[in-house]
Amino acid sequence: MSRRGFLGVAAAAIGGAMLAPGIQLIEIARAATPTGATGANPQVRWGMLIDTTKCASGCTDCVTACNTENGLDPKPSPTSAQWIRKIEIKEIKTGRQASAPVMCQHCAEPPCVDVCPTGASFKRADGIVLVDRHACIGCRYCVMACPYKARSFVHEELSEQKPDVPRGKGCVEGCTLCVHRIDQGNKTTACAEACSKAGHGAIVFGDLNDPQSEIARRVREIQTTQLRADLKLDPGVRYHGL
Amino acid sequence: MWRVLCSLVLALCAASAFAADESGRTPKPVIERALAGKTCVADAAFMRREHMNLLKHQRDDTVHGGIRGANAKYSLKECIECHASQKTASVAKAETNFCVSCHSYAAVKIDCFECHTSKPRALAQGVTK
Repeated sequence: MSRRGFLGVAAAAIGGAMLAPGIQLIEIARAATPTGATGANPQVRWGMLIDTTKCASGCTDCVTACNTENGLDPKPSPTSAQWIRKIEIKEIKTGRQASAPVMCQHCAEPPCVDVCPTGASFKRADGIVLVDRHACIGCRYCVMACPYKARSFVHEELSEQKPDVPRGKGCVEGCTLCVHRIDQGNKTTACAEACSKAGHGAIVFGDLNDPQSEIARRVREIQTTQLRADLKLDPGVRYHGL
Repeated sequence: MWRVLCSLVLALCAASAFAADESGRTPKPVIERALAGKTCVADAAFMRREHMNLLKHQRDDTVHGGIRGANAKYSLKECIECHASQKTASVAKAETNFCVSCHSYAAVKIDCFECHTSKPRALAQGVTK
């Protein structure tokens, strides 16, 4: 065997040896993810549909509901954590205006998870992207990586947190899709509930994977877009009428 | 003579240690009674030794796996529900409260309550339900 041939075979052998443990690790990681009737269900993909044609300009019911539900600052300062915000957009050439809430888009390929050095930023089996505050070191790489500006940093010590929503200084946080509600069988988020109660019905929350769900039916019937679809992050939040 | 002196000193030391213990000069953690009429998820001796491991496993199952409510056996929230003080409505506010009394005795600083509320659901501020 020539020297070059030998090196080629050796490289292939090493490559194979490296691949096999990698595959095993992935299998172990998948097996470790709790599945079954309780907890995050991998068959589910939670998502939201935001109908901007129904979203009233200047209305902040969803933002208020989010702040109340999660114990955020009711009167936010510029440095307060912000999980959902209202944006007003205008097509300059035509003058057409639209209003929409923007929050964590719960990407299928979340860049915040890619950049997190500690594994604190993670995606649950049911597609919800969260921060594990026990592992978060507050480096804010995820804040930089997120193209939707969905993550906030808690700068000051907090008190009187909600029992269901622990929050604290030095950690990054963002929309949790009201995970504490969903895990206990509640079928809607605080923002979607407030929007429906106010009579707008601009936010639909549900399982995108369930063909019978309202959200799946609506996204099947009407044209919807993902924000910055060019980034191919496959967000779970879709917008109609942008 | 030397042997007698040694034994005398030893006896005195033992006596003083015993006296200190008897008179209660050694501080002991004050364990406040939990809410009456309920039993803990495991017996007290096991919980005293293992609660930190149980809570650590539970937190990973809850945060990553979404195991909450009735399925979360060792939930910190449920600990607080029963063990919050009747006076301060907290497990960590005063020195005598359930979590702090032992941890200050053992000189263990816990940071659970920098993020988690130390009050039970009914008494935590801002709960509108």
